[in-house]
Amino acid sequence: MAKVAMTVNGRKVSKECEGRTLLVHFLRDTLSLTGTHIGCDTSQCGACVVHMDGKAVKSCSMLAAQAAGAEILTIEGLAANGELHPVQAAFKANHGLQCGFCTPGMVMTAVDMINRYGAKLNEQTVRENLEGNICRCTGYHNIVKAILAAAEDMGAAGRQAAE
Amino acid sequence: MGVEGIGARVARKEDKRFLMGQGKYTDDMSVPGMCYAAFVRSPHAHAKIRSIDISAAADMPGVIGVLNGKQMLDDGIGNLICGWMIHSKDGSPMKMGAWRPIAHDTVRYVGDAVAVVVADTMGEARDAAEAVVVEYDVLPAVTDAVKALEAGQPQLHPEAPGNLIYDWEIGDGAATDAAIAAAAHVTEMKIVNNRLAPNPMEPRAALGIYDSAEDHYTCYTTSQNPHVARLVMSAFYNVAPENKLRVIAPDVGGGFGSKIYIYPEEIVCLWASKRTGVPVKWTSDRTEAFLTDAHGRDHVSTVKMAFDADNRVTALKVDTIANFGAYMSLFSSAVPTYLYATLLSGQYNFPAIHANVRAVYTNTVAVDAYRGAGRPEATYLLERTMETAARELGVSPAELRRINFIRSFPHQTPVIMNYDAGDYEASLEAAMKAADWAGFPARKAEAAGRGMKRGIGMSCYIEACGIAPSAAVGSLGAGVGLWESAEVRVNAVGTVEVLTGSHSHGQGHETTFAQLVADRFGVPLDSVSIVHGDTDKVQMGMGTYGSRSGAVGMSAVVKALDKVETKAKKIAAHLMEADESDIVIENGALKVAGTDKSVPWFQMALAAYTAHNLPSGMEPGLKEGAFYDPANFTFPAGCYIAEVEVDPDTGKTKIVQFVAADDFGNIINPMIVEGQVHGGIAQGIGQALLEGVHYDPETGQLLTASYMDYTMPRADDLPSFQVSHQITPCPNNPLGIKGCGEAGAIGSPPALMNAITDAIGNNDLTMPATPQKVWAAARATAN
Amino acid sequence: MYATNYHRASSVADAVKLQSSSDEAKYVSGGMTLIPTMKQRLAAPSDLVDLRHIAEMKGISVNGSRVRIGAATTHYEVSTSAELKAACPAISHLAAHIGDPHVRHMGTIGGSIANNDPAADYPSAMLALGATIVTNAREVAAEDFFTGLFETALEAGEIVVAVTFDAPAKAGYAKFPNPASRYAMAGVFVAKAGNGSVRVAVTGAGSNGVFRHAGLEAALAANWSADAASGVDVDASDLLSDLHGSAEYRANLVKVMAKRAVAAA
Repeated sequence: MAKVAMTVNGRKVSKECEGRTLLVHFLRDTLSLTGTHIGCDTSQCGACVVHMDGKAVKSCSMLAAQAAGAEILTIEGLAANGELHPVQAAFKANHGLQCGFCTPGMVMTAVDMINRYGAKLNEQTVRENLEGNICRCTGYHNIVKAILAAAEDMGAAGRQAAE
Repeated sequence: MGVEGIGARVARKEDKRFLMGQGKYTDDMSVPGMCYAAFVRSPHAHAKIRSIDISAAADMPGVIGVLNGKQMLDDGIGNLICGWMIHSKDGSPMKMGAWRPIAHDTVRYVGDAVAVVVADTMGEARDAAEAVVVEYDVLPAVTDAVKALEAGQPQLHPEAPGNLIYDWEIGDGAATDAAIAAAAHVTEMKIVNNRLAPNPMEPRAALGIYDSAEDHYTCYTTSQNPHVARLVMSAFYNVAPENKLRVIAPDVGGGFGSKIYIYPEEIVCLWASKRTGVPVKWTSDRTEAFLTDAHGRDHVSTVKMAFDADNRVTALKVDTIANFGAYMSLFSSAVPTYLYATLLSGQYNFPAIHANVRAVYTNTVAVDAYRGAGRPEATYLLERTMETAARELGVSPAELRRINFIRSFPHQTPVIMNYDAGDYEASLEAAMKAADWAGFPARKAEAAGRGMKRGIGMSCYIEACGIAPSAAVGSLGAGVGLWESAEVRVNAVGTVEVLTGSHSHGQGHETTFAQLVADRFGVPLDSVSIVHGDTDKVQMGMGTYGSRSGAVGMSAVVKALDKVETKAKKIAAHLMEADESDIVIENGALKVAGTDKSVPWFQMALAAYTAHNLPSGMEPGLKEGAFYDPANFTFPAGCYIAEVEVDPDTGKTKIVQFVAADDFGNIINPMIVEGQVHGGIAQGIGQALLEGVHYDPETGQLLTASYMDYTMPRADDLPSFQVSHQITPCPNNPLGIKGCGEAGAIGSPPALMNAITDAIGNNDLTMPATPQKVWAAARATAN
Repeated sequence: MYATNYHRASSVADAVKLQSSSDEAKYVSGGMTLIPTMKQRLAAPSDLVDLRHIAEMKGISVNGSRVRIGAATTHYEVSTSAELKAACPAISHLAAHIGDPHVRHMGTIGGSIANNDPAADYPSAMLALGATIVTNAREVAAEDFFTGLFETALEAGEIVVAVTFDAPAKAGYAKFPNPASRYAMAGVFVAKAGNGSVRVAVTGAGSNGVFRHAGLEAALAANWSADAASGVDVDASDLLSDLHGSAEYRANLVKVMAKRAVAAA
């Protein structure tokens, strides 16, 4: 057992865990943040995606210790004061989720994608950037639609703020 | 339609918790003292268990218990069952081998459980599971169903000589043969329907909690039908009597059929909890899911489709061999019989049909219903054959279908089903228009200029869902009735709770079921809650599968709403001193028609509970239940068109457009219905282009046991879809709805395969049409 | 996953010291291959020494035509570096198509080449660019570095700290991904050096890992065009064969990807 300290959703945490503890298990079992999911064991489905120091990573493919000292953002930390983040709101408005299991990873991936591409996103770019996220329910149709809508929304919001 | 009522495109009530990471799935559940189970599984496809040595494992850190199948047998835990009796054509009942939750004698597929370890942590449980030493006498294995029927093959169960479970037939063989003999043209094909792994993104999980003081069990499980799970675990597996067993399926992360069945693991978690005295949780990893979740499809068929000189179909003859895997799963026997062969008439006016189906044991995991369940197999067989016939006859595929469409209803097919309503031409027209079918030759020529081979294909599907009339299925061998229950509780403040035996695993019941109430009583959607998935809250239900929650589950809600409405009107009439028959419900109030007298909904509800002023003799309260048993199946139908471009250099297929035109009858929430179609199409495209389970034919090892080898459809494999609806209301249920959950997966595979074979000019291509296969098939025509 | 102990190295010297203190220690960088392998219990290092935070192993520099990429540089950083896009856009393109965005945020060039997965992308670039693999002990030509499936010239405890190469006059990379895993089923990196020499390296297809293809090199040296690749005979006998692609199919893909790589260069 070793102590691992990091910042999760803005809160400093320091917990004992086994060396082999994956970040996803640290989040789910140690911190009870069960919004981050596990859908495969070969790093392909992306249900476990969180942000580490502002970038999307797969929390099932790294040890908690590898994230020591980092800022982690999970799905639970995205909405502010119960107000859905624009990406979350767009998923709801566009029916971008059904069973909800892949949704946390999809949303975190979408936020990362929009951070990287901003308003330059188009359907093809969105689809390519979803390579690491598998959804079995939606056929991706409404996920793609939701991400494009959110990107436009956030771009517009950004432009408004700049004006 | 109100803004929140029937037909409204309402955003989902359940979304916020999922979007905020606050959904509660089985693996999210945690109780004090909870320990973890890890299974020791057979690495062999077929073997006798010689010995199990647990001594090393039992001494490992954190280990609480190492349990085996013999102990389970000693404790009286029953065999897993198949709930649908099929009789062979010689009258004999199906030959079912014993399926133990934990094997103690023989293992019959890679992944068959042989022991279970319970330990403090998941890591410790897995460490110890690896330390259990099992000695096997390895036996020869057979994984292919056609081969398993041959003489001299490994035999799986003594109860089923020759590995044959049943040899069943339907239809008029003599009439069919005579029509084929007299036909102007007969199209013959061999059709393989590839084996699939359902792959809901949430892997299966179970948490068993035994309370020794109350001698009571609680089971959290990833189930599409927790009530059926309780019934079966209680009545057949002898886990506990129903009043001592609570089954809770919390949020369920997709199922597609694979979470209908009661698997060994949930039984083991309950039993092990009593044995070890701790709550026991098991969560499948993805590889375990590939090994142990029931697979789907896996048919090999031959077909003859006969035509007269006017290109009218005269007969269809089908011979199918269905792979059932090593054990008969819960619904397995019904899938290639009453869910498959009864749909072989498709949308066409066949005078004669005969189908023969043999079900076969092999050394593979069990095969059972997967999204569509039998109907995709029937549709694929029919629509590939119809397309091939059109090519052979030199008729356009649309024309050949049109000539043969059923056009008057009700229509009795030669294979049991009685179609109640439909307009197949309307969907065909809509799809062809949306796809700009007429403009295809120009697009093909343009693609050829870029070195790409472009093709177009269609598929006209029909399915039977809304399962099912209980007496009818009972007469066909079903072990249960397939009705649904509902209870509507109006609280004293006028808010409404709907308890239903349906259970959402992504379909949005919390929204659509609430829309029924909002529509009926004019109350806000937010004031309606849906309660489901817990046997302590909802008394009984049959669950969600077979696109039944709308046609059957919602119909039960409607029946209960009728009763509530009747009583509410009586109360309102009494309060306003009016005649009951003059009361109408509008905008959340009960009004006396033609007057300005009205009572708000909540005031009527309050009156029901204060009971100070009720009609003489009326019981207080406002709560009504109903059981709804459908009068018939429902028959969604439609037309799908796929257009593809094949890169002849690599064999890669790109779907350039995909059009779906569906008739689901009336629609409660179009947004949700479209979502169901999108998801179904993606799974159908997965079957046609990407997915396939492969076992090594010699060793029985599963070669596609992870996403490294099993190709899941990803966003860049798929296009956006064009979806439309044509509506002929279902005449047999109060809402006129037919069901939409499976259509996408049923209609799309043949459309794609027809398009690809059109593109490459070679009809000899099996699913999945991987780049390698398409490249080879395209080359075969080029050479 | 079996039990393991994690150590974070602050320098290359620190890493070597940490690694040498255990018989069964392994280095981990992004961990995008190692951690999944450990999860499947196919690797069981007693200790993991994390190289991802070593400053001296990070960063990209372009000096004239000489390119240096620190081993702990992520695929994402390689794919988005303006300097690299100017000097050798083919390697940026290659990096932009490794795995998925999440993998590219964690995975590093050093980890990829030290692991030498037969379906990894970077080894083909290293071989075709005639790169030098810089370790904490020596410099090894890529030619001598990749020695077989998951095998390299690295000695026990040796660390890849950087790769260097001369920016090519032209280079291109094209791959055909395995439909399921999305690893390369055939990936071809073509490079024409400033002196006109041509090197073609193939990943994903060879039964013994990444390899150079003499026939394609000769054809492209004579005539740097996609058409020139068409006439080359790609022998299937040393190629991988599996569920997703027979050796014959892979041989075809090698040729097609070579053409596309040249067209993209």
